[in-house]
Amino acid sequence: MNKIENLEHLKKIKEENLKLIFPKKTRILVGMASCGLASGAGEVFQVLAEEIKRRNLDITLVQSGCAGFCEKEPLVDIMKPGWPRISYCEMNSKKIRKIIELLLKGKVEKDWILAKAEEEELLLEGTRRPYPLNGIPEELEEILPYKYHPFYEKQLKIAMRNCGFIDPENIDEYIARGGYSTLYKVLIQCDPDQVIEEITKSGLRGRGGGGFPTGRKWHYCRNAPGDIRYVVCNADEGDPGAYMDRSVLEGDPHSVLEGMIIGAYAIGSNEGYIYIRAEYPLAVQTLRKAIKQAEDYGFLGKNIFNSGFDFSIQINRGGGAFVCGESTALMASIEGKVGEPRAKHIHTVESGLWEKPTNLNNVETWANVPLIIAKGADWYSKIGTRDSKGTKIFSLVGKIENTGLVEVPMGITLREIIYDIGGGVPGRKKFKAVQTGGPSGGCIPEELIDLPVDFEELSRVGSMMGSGGMIVMDEDTCMVDIAKYFLSFLQDESCGKCTSCREGIKRMLQILTRITQGKGREGDIELLEELSQVVAETSLCALGQTAPNPVLSTLRYFRDEYEAHIKDKKCPAKVCKDLITYFIDEEACRGCLVCKKLCPQEAITGERKEPHRINQDKCIKCGICLENCKFDVIKVE
Amino acid sequence: MDLEVIDKIADRYKRKESALIGILQDIQAQYNYLPKEALLHIRERLSIPLTHILGVATFYNIFTLKPRGRHLINVCMGTACHVKGVVRILEKIERELGIKTGETTADLRFSLEPIRCLGCCSLAPVVKIDGDIYGKVKQEKVSRILKKYE
Repeated sequence: MNKIENLEHLKKIKEENLKLIFPKKTRILVGMASCGLASGAGEVFQVLAEEIKRRNLDITLVQSGCAGFCEKEPLVDIMKPGWPRISYCEMNSKKIRKIIELLLKGKVEKDWILAKAEEEELLLEGTRRPYPLNGIPEELEEILPYKYHPFYEKQLKIAMRNCGFIDPENIDEYIARGGYSTLYKVLIQCDPDQVIEEITKSGLRGRGGGGFPTGRKWHYCRNAPGDIRYVVCNADEGDPGAYMDRSVLEGDPHSVLEGMIIGAYAIGSNEGYIYIRAEYPLAVQTLRKAIKQAEDYGFLGKNIFNSGFDFSIQINRGGGAFVCGESTALMASIEGKVGEPRAKHIHTVESGLWEKPTNLNNVETWANVPLIIAKGADWYSKIGTRDSKGTKIFSLVGKIENTGLVEVPMGITLREIIYDIGGGVPGRKKFKAVQTGGPSGGCIPEELIDLPVDFEELSRVGSMMGSGGMIVMDEDTCMVDIAKYFLSFLQDESCGKCTSCREGIKRMLQILTRITQGKGREGDIELLEELSQVVAETSLCALGQTAPNPVLSTLRYFRDEYEAHIKDKKCPAKVCKDLITYFIDEEACRGCLVCKKLCPQEAITGERKEPHRINQDKCIKCGICLENCKFDVIKVE
Repeated sequence: MDLEVIDKIADRYKRKESALIGILQDIQAQYNYLPKEALLHIRERLSIPLTHILGVATFYNIFTLKPRGRHLINVCMGTACHVKGVVRILEKIERELGIKTGETTADLRFSLEPIRCLGCCSLAPVVKIDGDIYGKVKQEKVSRILKKYE
């Protein structure tokens, strides 16, 4: 590969590769991010490859990332000249064989199509280009375009603009969509202060959780004394239930790299680090390839675009420690040390990695940067609310019909996310709460469903934005159990440096455990509140300072559930094992033997067509009978 | 133990002071755990105290100083998995193998370790065995899944 040294050369590569967006021959993309692979995308890809080879077809087959609609994985996109782009969902090897068969006859199976795209929106350029249509099958007329599909209609993709639509391992496709032209503009036409001013004006705030204004952070770092500066990308996505960073890195790594190079130029740094979780092997691999390609084209390395600016990026893999998502702990970890946070009397923008000024931003923040510079701060700041600009990616998971990653403008209500996009709670169950902000966040109850989502509003109700996990809970979720779950997570992940965090969380967990066991005492709630205050006020880093949040927010909105556990020794959601018993409604039982055969304890007795019964002495409350009863006769009290 | 393998791993890292975690990861990828001889050799190579190496090796969850089983079962303990009942799956695996979380079976076939969110929340509850991810796992499917691994 030749280095790209000027705009003409970049434009030439871009023009040459427009064929990737508007292919001259059929191009098939299989969504093969981690979630797609786990749903069986690998097998689908394999079958496609075999069919193409066996039939000697002139079709390009590539792997793409995750388009966000994880519930419908595996997704397969077909780009056939003359047709709109179509996305097939919930594919398997049998279905995909049929689709190939139909494709060769110029037909489609409309019941398996999720949506179509009649035009390609190139966000960076602000253009929409229609696919040239010619002889499309009639059935395609009825298919909903992406922009009107309920899951996508209210979404606005900025950070995830390319995810699922491009081959993440092909830098040319990123360039064809306008990639790296913003970098050229910045390096050749802007001085660093202009870049910082634009980011400041845009109102972009850190997407990792804290929400610190990005432009201000860059400004502080640029002006900190010293000649060596570092730029860090925080990809240690530790919040359980949040996976947008993984998806961006697996689906569109160059948007993050371009953002980092632009940031490094603005700040005056020549060395960058990406600190990424070791639990994301595919993201690490994709990122490694992307860095190599960017180096080959000269977007990383010496004298980028002949501008005299040098910048290189190194990957550091994490070690499975949640606390390393905290900036000072993360930097200690890059230095090869134990990941313990330090007091931030001196900010990392002045003294961070190896005691040099260091600017750290999260993956999603970096991915926003090229677009903000390309389209301008005015464009970006029109999206969102007064103090929270732009979009945010949420991972909508838990008890929700449409699980997946959704990128929405700030200020959208929880109701719109959960019902309009998410399709509500499955199985006619009642929505109870949504948990945001990971272990530092809180649970928001049903009464607040019309809350507009932005940094301030979420904090106001006792939760926080965090990295964007949104775990939906229904009536079968016990809020005391959820609080216990988070504290047990935090107890394991506390680095142990501060006594209040190390010991305080442990004691709080002991109290919660005894409450869930039916051994709660009068005064336990007050004790939890007192401990919460101490842990929050006397811990050094955000892990400890926010650790009591899951307890405090559930106490705030679900205090009656705590009281039911303590006073009545009952778990209203019927989750806490020590407070429930399983029994069979003998009048309704048809005696089908299913539960009897499945019970690991042989606790169920009864003959065929006779009512069954559970022997309470043997029952371990594993719930396998309840999960498998077709007649709904297993009851819990 | 072939110390040349350890040297080759260490050579991959340019910046000496920040190399330790990456080197330990690569050693573990090679041996499935961190053997004592390897750590003693790294002490010499990087001229850092063994206490520092052990501090790092015991702080981070991914490292283990004891040999693991041939197959590593990671049960995802993320919030979405928790809400969807992963605890029952974990208990089922414990009963099936006769070990507790964090332990290895006597025949060294399986090690069972929890993991903090694999990021496949849409497939909750999720279990990962070696490189394979199983989504929407049900209790009654557990023994069939485990049978695939010898």
